Amino acid sequence: MKPAAIANGYMAILATISPNLMAMGNDDPLMAKVIIERLEAGIDNRDIPQWLEVTGWAGYDLNKLWLKSSIERTDSETESGDIELLYGRAIAPYWDFQLGWKRDFQPTPTRDWLAIGFQGLAPYFFEVDSTLYLGSSNRSALEIEVEYELMLTQRWVLSPRTEILLNGQNDNRTATGSGLSSLEAGLRLRYEIRREFAPYLGIHWERAYGNTADLRQEEGEKTSEVHIVVGIRAWF
Amino acid sequence: MLDRRTFVTGILSGYGLLAAGSASAGTLSGTSLSPSSDFSLTLAPIPVNFTGRPAFATAINGTVPGPTLSWQEGEDVTLRVTNHLIETSSIHWHGIILPTTMDGVPGLSFPGIPPGETFEYRFTVNQSGTYWYHSHSGYQEQTGLYGAIVVNPREGDPDGADRDHVILLSDWTDENPAAIYTRLKKMSHYYNFNERTAPDLYRQIRSEGPLATWQDRAMWNDMRMSDSDLADVTGYTYTYLMNGVSPASGWTGLCKAGERVKLRFINGSAMSIFDVRIPGLRMTVVAADGQDVEPVTVDEFRIGTAETYDVIVTPESDSAYTLFAQSLDRSGFARGTLTTSPELVAALPAMDPVPILGHEDMGMAHSAGGHAHEPVISAQQRHPHAHHHSALAPAGTAGLGSAAGIVHAATEYGPHVDMRTENPVSGIDDPGVGLREHGQRLGREVLRYSQLINRHPTADPRQPGREIQLHLTGNMNRYMWSFNGVKFADAEPLELQYGERVRIHLVNDTMMAHPIHLHGLWSELETGEPSRIPRKHTVLVQPGKTVSYLVSADALGRWAYHCHLQYHMLGMMREARVS
Ligand SMILES: [Cu+2]
Repeated sequence: MKPAAIANGYMAILATISPNLMAMGNDDPLMAKVIIERLEAGIDNRDIPQWLEVTGWAGYDLNKLWLKSSIERTDSETESGDIELLYGRAIAPYWDFQLGWKRDFQPTPTRDWLAIGFQGLAPYFFEVDSTLYLGSSNRSALEIEVEYELMLTQRWVLSPRTEILLNGQNDNRTATGSGLSSLEAGLRLRYEIRREFAPYLGIHWERAYGNTADLRQEEGEKTSEVHIVVGIRAWF
Repeated sequence: MLDRRTFVTGILSGYGLLAAGSASAGTLSGTSLSPSSDFSLTLAPIPVNFTGRPAFATAINGTVPGPTLSWQEGEDVTLRVTNHLIETSSIHWHGIILPTTMDGVPGLSFPGIPPGETFEYRFTVNQSGTYWYHSHSGYQEQTGLYGAIVVNPREGDPDGADRDHVILLSDWTDENPAAIYTRLKKMSHYYNFNERTAPDLYRQIRSEGPLATWQDRAMWNDMRMSDSDLADVTGYTYTYLMNGVSPASGWTGLCKAGERVKLRFINGSAMSIFDVRIPGLRMTVVAADGQDVEPVTVDEFRIGTAETYDVIVTPESDSAYTLFAQSLDRSGFARGTLTTSPELVAALPAMDPVPILGHEDMGMAHSAGGHAHEPVISAQQRHPHAHHHSALAPAGTAGLGSAAGIVHAATEYGPHVDMRTENPVSGIDDPGVGLREHGQRLGREVLRYSQLINRHPTADPRQPGREIQLHLTGNMNRYMWSFNGVKFADAEPLELQYGERVRIHLVNDTMMAHPIHLHGLWSELETGEPSRIPRKHTVLVQPGKTVSYLVSADALGRWAYHCHLQYHMLGMMREARVS
């Protein structure tokens, strides 16, 4: 193939992936981002517990459609899993308001919720994702996730993270109790090989409280666990 | 006429680059079409290798940069631009005063040049000096569609130069520019590898104590902004070029000892601001944006994207000098050598420390110098129904700058704007972040806008009839840019009345410097000398600062008015309509 032909081929590809070539272009083209917040496994345990937390969005500067999911597996069984579909709208320079639907597909029976949340960057660079869930039979829950990134160097990042879950009611069938249900905390040290890709090593701790702890105990489950985890964080 | 050999050589150098990478790079530069009034320019992709990896560029007559166009003041020029790209293209003659239909902005001047077609530009050149040309379509400027213009004055060189070199600075990336824009939208600090780290914090606590450190950090933490946010796109992806030559090879220009050498610096980059110096040589600035200024001798100057500066240097016998242009964020540099003999080698200076933004760069200054403004009043308070182009009665004498109070338009409030300056002062006397201490600490005199004085009397001595305050706004985190909080797509044209003299007062409500370019009309920068107001086409507005200039609306038509940073201009743009 002649270089000119190769060049034209390259330009053809360029043109298809950069739609704003006419006139002065579109400042706000449709975009999509997928973020694998954590894909990790506990390496200190025979069951090798695994976690996956994914967030994705498609849309524009101020209006986006969000998809969020988190799954926990132990011993090749899905212990808990949920998926959320939200419409998000920017309401402040650093904050999006989100409204949508969430389904807990594990443990069974499935529970559906109306989700109302705020996601953004708080002063002092805390990344916050807080959502209020309203379900049938007057069920309600509040989940708040806070994460911080401490740059040790331009590529080594130490990231503490915490998640708190509160429930309005007992839900015996899903082993959820009212009040403070669970608390999670983690500390992960990642190395950004590229901005988009970083393997990490960390520690993950979680504990159930109150009625939730009691319900879990009744079912013979642990109410507290701590793991050394390895994983990757990636986005594209 | 296009010299066929030049064309062929250009193509071959392209291949040479692909094969050899460095050694042959020098041959690519310095392509120049002989002085003429009739030019044929062909836009087509070529293979290049600026980084050690093969890539494709969009080239003009087979070279990146395109050939230097040499024009004669007073002559009619004809430029036939043929587009062999597979997308619509255009060429804009940056800084040239011409009819609006010849300005080359698709959507405003003309529909653009479709693939396979030729557009004939024809206009009279009524000015002299150093300018440049570039595509005004998509991201083609980033991929190589740019070149220098030198217009020879009717009465010979006013600076008595014995020799002339064009020094065209640019930034090259192997990445697809559209992908860069996408990355910035998804993670605005993607290319910043000068971020503050925990060790920095530890050092600050050790030297200043925890309380002072907490207080110093409080503003940044509250505002969720980074004090190292100097450039959106950096040397992480960019290779900075001088006349199309990478720093690995280095461009070389020859001169003789004792000659008055004119160096025509042009910042033809897409996103980069450079700090330029030539260790061992003082530079006498004789022109800014192609227009003669009173000579002022400095050791260093900052050149915003799309600006040009002509300097005169006088090399000593048997010596070589490094032309050193470090990017503002110090993530890389372009370099070349000015030497009396090709065998001589000049030492390469180290880059200066990475500048750190301060409160002053956030518009919270109470520093000396500059004009004091009234306290900030929000538009809701002052004008309940303030239009987003607030037109006010002029405040301040022509040439001395605006003394008007800062008014934040109602449209500046919302998720699309992350900051509004509280107490901005004029940036006219400020060398800019990272250069302020160079005088005292390093003994380097740095050019300030306040030193630019027109060598010729102010052409239009009228006072401005009105004043337009325009705020440069954005949300860095979401990577959105606008004027007064309104992006180009949503904005009404800025209406100017034919013949009027108007003042434009720019207020930078961001922490980045924006080079603001007005097409078709001069921006007469108010540097403090009413009888000698210098004319510019691109004005660098310092972060958190203000600047004002006068415009005589003496050219009818639709003109583009925008930030010249490639990835800002889509939003931070207006149509200026003179009718
Ligand atoms: Cu800008």
